[in-house]
Amino acid sequence: MQRQSANKRPRANPLTNPKVVPYVFVAPFVIYFLLVYLYPTIATIMMSFQRIDGPTQVEFIGFKNYERLFSRNYVQALQTTARYAFWDVVVLTSVPLLVAVLLHSKLVMFASFFKSLFFIPALTSIIVAGIVFRLAFGTLPTAPVNRLMTLLGQEPRDWLMYAGTGNLVLIVLTLWRWMGVNIIYYLSGIQAISPELYEAAEIDGAGAVSKFFHVTLPGIRPVLIYVITITVLGGFSMFTESVALWQQNNPGGVGRTIVGYMYLMGFYKSNMGMASAVGLTLLVLVLGVNLIQLTLMGFFRKER
Amino acid sequence: MKKLLSLLVVLTLLAGICGAFAEEEPIHLTLWTFQELHTQLYKEMLEKWNANPDNPKLDIDMQVYPYEDMHNKLTIALQSGEGAPDIVDIEINMFANYLKGDIQLADLNDIVEPMEDHLVMSRFNNYAKDGKFYGIDHHIGACIVWYNTEILEEAGVDYTTIKTWDDYHEAGKIVLEKTGKPMCTWESNDCWSIYPLVNQHGGDWLTPDNEVRMDEQVVIDTLAFMRSMLDDGTAVACPGGNHHSEEYYGWMNAGGCASVSMPFWYLNRFTDYMPDLSGKMKVAPMPLWSDGGHKSAQMGGTGTAVVKTSANVDVAKQWLAYATLSFEGCVNTWLILGFDPIMTDVYGSEEMKAPNKFFDYYDDTIFDMLKTVLDDIPDTCLTENFPAASDIVRNQMAYDLVMTDKSPEDIARDCAEELRSQIF
Repeated sequence: MQRQSANKRPRANPLTNPKVVPYVFVAPFVIYFLLVYLYPTIATIMMSFQRIDGPTQVEFIGFKNYERLFSRNYVQALQTTARYAFWDVVVLTSVPLLVAVLLHSKLVMFASFFKSLFFIPALTSIIVAGIVFRLAFGTLPTAPVNRLMTLLGQEPRDWLMYAGTGNLVLIVLTLWRWMGVNIIYYLSGIQAISPELYEAAEIDGAGAVSKFFHVTLPGIRPVLIYVITITVLGGFSMFTESVALWQQNNPGGVGRTIVGYMYLMGFYKSNMGMASAVGLTLLVLVLGVNLIQLTLMGFFRKER
Repeated sequence: MKKLLSLLVVLTLLAGICGAFAEEEPIHLTLWTFQELHTQLYKEMLEKWNANPDNPKLDIDMQVYPYEDMHNKLTIALQSGEGAPDIVDIEINMFANYLKGDIQLADLNDIVEPMEDHLVMSRFNNYAKDGKFYGIDHHIGACIVWYNTEILEEAGVDYTTIKTWDDYHEAGKIVLEKTGKPMCTWESNDCWSIYPLVNQHGGDWLTPDNEVRMDEQVVIDTLAFMRSMLDDGTAVACPGGNHHSEEYYGWMNAGGCASVSMPFWYLNRFTDYMPDLSGKMKVAPMPLWSDGGHKSAQMGGTGTAVVKTSANVDVAKQWLAYATLSFEGCVNTWLILGFDPIMTDVYGSEEMKAPNKFFDYYDDTIFDMLKTVLDDIPDTCLTENFPAASDIVRNQMAYDLVMTDKSPEDIARDCAEELRSQIF
């Protein structure tokens, strides 16, 4: 009796119907995607062709927002973002990789202690960290970093007031904060490489360097692709770090990224249409860079 | 006995009912501000308002948000038509954004116009469009100069003899020579050094018709003067980039330089952030330009506005008028906030002489000094493109002037070009 009813119940309940269940499982993602990604994307595309002055004051103005896009401020923001994204990718993919390899090797004592140590900054608030960095890299000769420079026999600098040094501070802040996360990614990739491959390489007479280039790197290719992809995306859409260091100030163009410029247009100048146009150019830019990078790294190549 | 008891019951019931009628439900209003200091004035004026039985009882929920957050929230609330407060403080740089298109703020002409003869009306034009006033300011924001008398005495300079900017520059050379300290600081990422000097000199960024004035000769001349002070070291780049940075406060407090030129509301930055200079700082009018211009400039401000969609527009307006446009309100603006009130009647009145922390820090001649400049302050032109102009001044003009070698002509031309490219 009991078994019979147990057999019947699934048919009565649509949630256990094998044809329905998959849709139920993907529904949260699909709904989330439609509401939080697709709808805003379409709305942004629409808004980029509009002039918006108020709740009911919307006017289609064709390509006017795009025609006015290329002001000095916009180009400067693009340059700032591109410069940051470049160094971000270079530094934030290479340094954590080296640290991860070192942590994985037998050379480092207390490896798990260092792993946590590197990871802790990722848990801090970027605004708080930004304020600490801003004061540490202050303009006065008495600011901590300038004190250090004097001790090292260097001239104190106006770190945050020039594009070059400002970008350096940004990269140091980003590296400090995100290195731990990338180390974790890399370590998981390195640990998945079979130790036999290293043994075989050693038997063939490979040194540490050639083991790194011929065993470790190819072994973590999927992880590397992933890390580079999100670093490119993170580099181009960076905003919080620069706001934490400079608020709405923009000394020498270093304090305003493309997202910062979009924010300035949308909220400070109350020009949502222009902000949408700026946002779309960022989308095109990041898509383009990511596609090139993924193609170069062979992501779309068919698995042999 | 029973009768007496029932009479008592009836009486208490009646008293209860009467009491309920007398204890009318207060009207709830919401007020947003980004400046916590302002709530001190609002709370004081709300208490006084409610103490008067003729006024409808008010209960105002005052919410303080960070500057950016509050303006973003307000933009979204007004654009979506939902969730806006009844009364809101809008910063002067942002105000024009809310005067675009279909204006969502209530016009305040019925409370401003009756007081017109008593008020500094140029402060209201900043928040007006097509003859309608939408915001009430708390202060004039007249620019003045603070002198560190300790440093000046060391150099043997008497600040009262400084009449023109050229005198100021010459005094700066003596200060630099005798003490090794600069005369002043110019901001490299804010507008409080450049805009007051340009405006006092007779210049501005825009005309009411949105013509760009940034490359006029007066702007170039002003920039050239500022650059000449940087060149000989009598002026230096402001530590931290502007006069509101922690670094500047610390440096100035330790006697970093001999003077600073800022709007009147900067009084409380000294009392709150630079306590060691108490008794050493003296205020004086801005030096004059030898080739014309005005005695001072009005800078900064906050327009307090009433939102049109509020359910209680009228009572909100009346309370706002009481809090900010009444004699009492304006006196308290000085006593509590340390601002130069917008009502001309209060200057010289006995009430204004009540001791407060500002008189303790400086001396009680502040208003005698201020009165001498109030008759000659130019208007500022805040059109809907002012936020764009202001951003260019802060981040391009100020930076190029202080941190680069670019010539004043090139700076003015490039900034004007950039602004023209952004104007719709």
